Amino acid sequence: MPVKIHIKEQPKTFERFGAQWTPTIQVLDPDGTKRHQFEGFLPPDDFLGQLKLGLAHSAFARQQWKEAESRYDDIVKTLPDSDAAPEALYWAGVSRYKSSGDPTALQQTTEAFKIHYQGSTWAKKASVWAK
Amino acid sequence: MSIAWNKDVDAALAQARTAKRPLLIDFNAAPM
Repeated sequence: MPVKIHIKEQPKTFERFGAQWTPTIQVLDPDGTKRHQFEGFLPPDDFLGQLKLGLAHSAFARQQWKEAESRYDDIVKTLPDSDAAPEALYWAGVSRYKSSGDPTALQQTTEAFKIHYQGSTWAKKASVWAK
Repeated sequence: MSIAWNKDVDAALAQARTAKRPLLIDFNAAPM
């Protein structure tokens, strides 16, 4: 459900949702809970990656682990050079762990970060899962 | 592909709840 809010037409809606800059994009759950937000103009792949992250985070928050994993994996596969990809790789591993209960999923994610996105914040976060 | 943007956030929230679909909000200041 896409909604466009212009600051001159609906300034109170900006306040209501905590939007403080333009452009601000928010992804909300069906119940209205905010799950993802980003500000500023982005190149197309990075913009798409952030939108997909929002949908994946929404699935994760609803504990739809398989859907979340699939959405995160899709970002890594289709937008590997986007800023969203390292975060998606991290959360794909967490989703696999959540659905299986198997800590191997986290260790495999640590190994994947040794090949991809080594310098990212997400690689540092995943490093604690090493065997 | 054109996007059918809604300007009524409460109507969109109601639709999202009914359809069980996420909501995307674009807060912007583009020239009108």
